[in-house]
Amino acid sequence: MITLNVNGQSRQIDADPEMPLLWALRDLLKLTGTKYGCGVAACGACTVHVDGQPVRSCVTPVSSVANAKIATIESLGVKGDHPVQRAWIELDVVQCGYCQSGQIMSAVALVESNANPTDADIDAAMDGNICRCGTYPRIRAAIKRAAEIKRNGGAA
Amino acid sequence: MSTNRRAFLIGIGVVAAGTTVGVVVAPRLLGHRKPPFDFKPNAFVRIGTDGSFTMTLGKAEMGQGIYTGMPMTLAEELDVNPQRLTIEFAPVDPAFNHPFLKMQFTGGSMSTISTYDQMRLMGATARTMLVSAAAARWKVPVESLATDDGTVVERNGGRRATYASLAEDAAKLPVPAKENVKLKDRGSFKYVGKPQKRLDNVVKVTGRAVFGSDVQPPEMLKAVIARAPSFGAKVKSFDATRARAVKGVVDVKQVPSGVAVIAENTWAALKGREALQVEWDESAGQNVSTASLRAEWRGLAAKPGTVGKDVGNVKNALANAARKIDVEYELPYLAHACMEPMNAAALVKDGRCTLWVGTQNQSQDLNLVAQALGIPPANVELHTQFLGGGFGRRASTHSDFTVEAAHVANGVGRPVHVVWTREDDMRGGFYRPYSISRVRAGLTADGKPLFYHQTVVGKPVLKQSPIGKPIIDKLGFDPSSFEGAANTLYGFQNLRVESHDTDEVVTNLWWRSVGNSIHGFVVNGVVDELATLAGQDGYAFRRELLATQPRALAVLDAAAKNAGWGQPLPAGRHHGIALHESFGSIVAEVAEVSVEGRNVRVHRVTCAIDCGFAINPDQVVAQVQSAVIYGLSAALAGEITIDKGRAVQGNFTDYPVLRMSEVPQIDVHIVESDGPLGGLGEPGTPPIAPAVCAAIHAATGQRIRRLPIAASLA
Ligand code: FES
Ligand code: FES
Repeated sequence: MITLNVNGQSRQIDADPEMPLLWALRDLLKLTGTKYGCGVAACGACTVHVDGQPVRSCVTPVSSVANAKIATIESLGVKGDHPVQRAWIELDVVQCGYCQSGQIMSAVALVESNANPTDADIDAAMDGNICRCGTYPRIRAAIKRAAEIKRNGGAA
Repeated sequence: MSTNRRAFLIGIGVVAAGTTVGVVVAPRLLGHRKPPFDFKPNAFVRIGTDGSFTMTLGKAEMGQGIYTGMPMTLAEELDVNPQRLTIEFAPVDPAFNHPFLKMQFTGGSMSTISTYDQMRLMGATARTMLVSAAAARWKVPVESLATDDGTVVERNGGRRATYASLAEDAAKLPVPAKENVKLKDRGSFKYVGKPQKRLDNVVKVTGRAVFGSDVQPPEMLKAVIARAPSFGAKVKSFDATRARAVKGVVDVKQVPSGVAVIAENTWAALKGREALQVEWDESAGQNVSTASLRAEWRGLAAKPGTVGKDVGNVKNALANAARKIDVEYELPYLAHACMEPMNAAALVKDGRCTLWVGTQNQSQDLNLVAQALGIPPANVELHTQFLGGGFGRRASTHSDFTVEAAHVANGVGRPVHVVWTREDDMRGGFYRPYSISRVRAGLTADGKPLFYHQTVVGKPVLKQSPIGKPIIDKLGFDPSSFEGAANTLYGFQNLRVESHDTDEVVTNLWWRSVGNSIHGFVVNGVVDELATLAGQDGYAFRRELLATQPRALAVLDAAAKNAGWGQPLPAGRHHGIALHESFGSIVAEVAEVSVEGRNVRVHRVTCAIDCGFAINPDQVVAQVQSAVIYGLSAALAGEITIDKGRAVQGNFTDYPVLRMSEVPQIDVHIVESDGPLGGLGEPGTPPIAPAVCAAIHAATGQRIRRLPIAASLA
């Protein structure tokens, strides 16, 4: 048994220590917001936060995060009222949506650590996240908008 | 079960309490419950006595926005704010068939075009009945009543009644005939034609949208398949001893597409597959590689082929041309690389089958599964989920991934979810066809375009599809070979296209814009070469070729003007232009490019589109940007090469796609016209590759006749 701390809850799982966190989240804990896209840390669809840092869960063995705080897209709530989600909705970013959990988790990490991200900051933080629908222009704009919402203390 | 719990279970498309939930609901807002009573004037809309509005969507949402576009159109005529609608995915039912094609599918950029009138009628029918119900209740003529966002109101400012309060009365009225239903005029539209927020925003930013990958029927197992390592390979034998010893592996069995490893979870299935030993007979693909096909096809391209179109007299033109070119164009196999790899879940039990899948081909999938299992189609149920990208791959000509799931699940007695790894998906074929063309074209003595003669070699898509056969039999050739070339808008007086259909073992499929992405590149490339030959720029020369096409001219002009064509650019930057019509929409693009060594950087793309009428202008912009980025990824570096029957590339590490830092600024200008409604998902893709290559020529003098650009700039 491995104990994981996911979204503020302690969860016990019976898993191969080598099992990537991605499959533990999706198959064992039924948290399907986190997606599989490549399995080799090349697309970002599986991005979650481990102790506040964005990581690719597809290459993170569960045993390596047993003592860490894990946060998935589900931790942002069901209504879409996190500043990043609000910006995403305001600018109609999503298309198929499959990459968006990963995009949003990368973006949340960025705006948490950078109150006013520049284009270069956005390139650096988001280059690991692929979007085959090509929502990049809107993601860029939405990150700036999210930072603005945050700077205004959450008010639009 | 509490209502909340129930709503949640319905939301994830589960089989609850022994009964299969007929319709998989993707609730846009939490807490969507069944109202006490629903007024259901047709298959598409329900008006609940609790104030709910539910629309049943027969189409698949793969990013293109139909989940918002169709509801908008229905809501317009129903006169309800579209944001109040809850959307359900429809079961497979003839009510949701394409009006003419008699099948339920999503593709060809025609969902909006083909359902626009239908959705208006469905919404207006419901509104008419609700107004009649109010008129009867208040004993006033219907003419004295109007509607306003879900409420019937007296025009004199008197009484008001919500649709919810009228639902039970309206349900007792006969459904009026089409002739007795009055539609709004476009001038009075409140929603259609104006930007509307996507109805799938909230579920998709919270991780709650249920994709095919995410379904969770109880007791479900996961499976991966040891797939043919090369095209046409067959299983000779396999040894499952070690695979079965992996903890969590439940079963190992042979299926038509390989050897399936079924396990309690995805990781166990993957470990099991690693431990599995399979011996393959790879003889079918042994001699097939891109290099050998290239050599063979170049020879073929020089020979006369099947004529797909012949206008004027290219033979005379060739003899009389003052200046001419004789060139070869080559485009690679391309994987769709949908963000969500292929997958499908199936439960086969007691002579029945339940499927959960993100598919563009609902009715065909259902029928082919029934056929594969030898059960009547009525015993198969298919629950459409959100699609993590489609681009044509999820409109499989043989329903490959859905039928495969049924084979794997057959005999298991529990639902089995067959998942594909990225490598399975990328090496699994169904590519855009590899294509080589020889083109001869020329000018008159005074530099006017005179003729265009193309011979294309490749394995056309339609021929590989069951729906293609009747079309091909009728025409005597496969029109998909020529799509985008035979019907080019460029007005060549003498035009001839011929084809040689090949039959290599590699499987092909429609790839976003199908033949148009191939021939949009070839035709525009040749037009650009002719422009140079005539001593003109690409824009001016195209204006001549489009002189009798006012819509195309307006689009070309809009792109050129907004890009600042002919104006000075920052040092080192160059413009290229292209135009292509597909799926009823005309798109022109101007690319602003710089080249340093082998490094091509696209800084800005200016697009203009005439799609007749933009139902949701904001989504027109989104789709054109999307199509440009998709086409640009392919143009710059997209290539699947075949070596001894095997696909070389397997993941985003060797099949690079555009990332944030590489994406240009993309401006989209909508050119309104009174033309018929055009498609949106695909038409933005064809012009980008030729526009970029024209700019590379302007920058370096080098013609790119072979894609990807990276392969030509070597
Ligand atoms: S699935 Fe983890 S980075 Fe792609
Ligand atoms: S929205 Fe489809 S992959 Fe990003």
